[in-house]
Amino acid sequence: MNIDWGALGEVFVVSFGAAITVIVLFSFGIRALAGPAADPTSAPRQTGAEVPPRPALAVLCLLGCALVVGYGLYLIIAK
Amino acid sequence: MDVLVLVVIITALVFDFTNGFHDTANAMATSIATGALKPRVAVAISGVLNLVGAFLSVAVAKTISSGLVDDTKISPVVIFAGLIGAILWNLLTWLVGLPSSSSYALVGGLIGATWVAAGGDAVHFASVVSKVLIPMVLAPVVAGVVALVGTYLAYRITARADRDAVGRGFKAGQVISASMVSLAHGTNDAQKTMGVITLTLITAGSLPSGSGPPFWVILTAGLAIALGTYLGGWRIIRTLGKRVTEIETPQGFAAETASTGVILVSAQLGFPLSTTMVVSGAIFGVGTGRRLASVRWGLAGQMLLGWLLTLPSAGIVGALAAQVAQTGTTGTVVVGVVGAAIAGGIYALSRRDPVGPNNVNDVPARRLQPAGAEV
Repeated sequence: MNIDWGALGEVFVVSFGAAITVIVLFSFGIRALAGPAADPTSAPRQTGAEVPPRPALAVLCLLGCALVVGYGLYLIIAK
Repeated sequence: MDVLVLVVIITALVFDFTNGFHDTANAMATSIATGALKPRVAVAISGVLNLVGAFLSVAVAKTISSGLVDDTKISPVVIFAGLIGAILWNLLTWLVGLPSSSSYALVGGLIGATWVAAGGDAVHFASVVSKVLIPMVLAPVVAGVVALVGTYLAYRITARADRDAVGRGFKAGQVISASMVSLAHGTNDAQKTMGVITLTLITAGSLPSGSGPPFWVILTAGLAIALGTYLGGWRIIRTLGKRVTEIETPQGFAAETASTGVILVSAQLGFPLSTTMVVSGAIFGVGTGRRLASVRWGLAGQMLLGWLLTLPSAGIVGALAAQVAQTGTTGTVVVGVVGAAIAGGIYALSRRDPVGPNNVNDVPARRLQPAGAEV
């Protein structure tokens, strides 16, 4: 019996990498867009812990997502 | 082309249709549950993208048509019997709202029918194990792990940001991620039917052994799965979207992104992977990845049992059908009529407790509300 463990491992590594990249980038993008929590009790008031809206960063993150998705689409269509 | 081949092709398209409405849940259950998409809009998008996806790749179709069973030893009658087994199992699991794998049902039905008609040595068991069973078992685990980690990170990263804005952001993201699942589903599942039709044409001598699917096969298979998807398997959507765990938009996004990744990557490598198992695994993963989310693990046990039963059940029905259909034209007609009667009976049973876009998000405990009170 010939089980292609290499290919299965590849499925895991590639899909893990791609999906986590998109999720992390998107989450950072959302955070940069959203700004700090409206309720001050839930957001600690130390410097650096606050999350001011940063549209430029958001655009960068979401663009990154779009690139990964676009590359995925390219792989499907090009083959 | 003789009548029998035509009947088999139509039966294959019927299977493709059941595959579509059985699996709408895979792409859209979480988006419908979180309200990212209205139920009818969701199934329409999913249907269109399934059609588009059908044209994008044929790697999986070739695995089905050229690896699992010995195409020199079987006839269109055997494929017909196998399809009947797969269709009936799909309808039965839809009736009870179980997200079982259409791929397992198809493979099970074909193996059962081939076994009876041509003997055990016509089934390539080694190929079945390495190309079908193992990836199918690993797929939900892989998707579950990716979804779990993704959910944890998504909540961690956005923990201190404005809650409402984050919810809206992930809702928008879900529209895209759900569309990607539908596209991935189309590149994967429509191909199974293409594979079967191609196999039929090969066994009937219309195509040489080892051929890929002709264009008209790709088109009709894509249309059948898209139509099934559009009609929507609301019973299964409710199970995956509402009964496993309460899903928030970041979780929906994480589940869909994880599923897309796993399905697309595996489709590229030519595994006929079960979209259902990938998505189910991902939904349990996102339930586990969010703190305080309660996951109904009892349901996981039921699903697992259903998955384990799928291959043998469809196989037994396929084998019985092959036994009868092999006896000649009368036998084949009997199998067709009995199959259609059982399908009709299952549909009639489903009308006693209809689930549709109006009540898909009502969990059974809240079903006492007047129908349509909540969309």
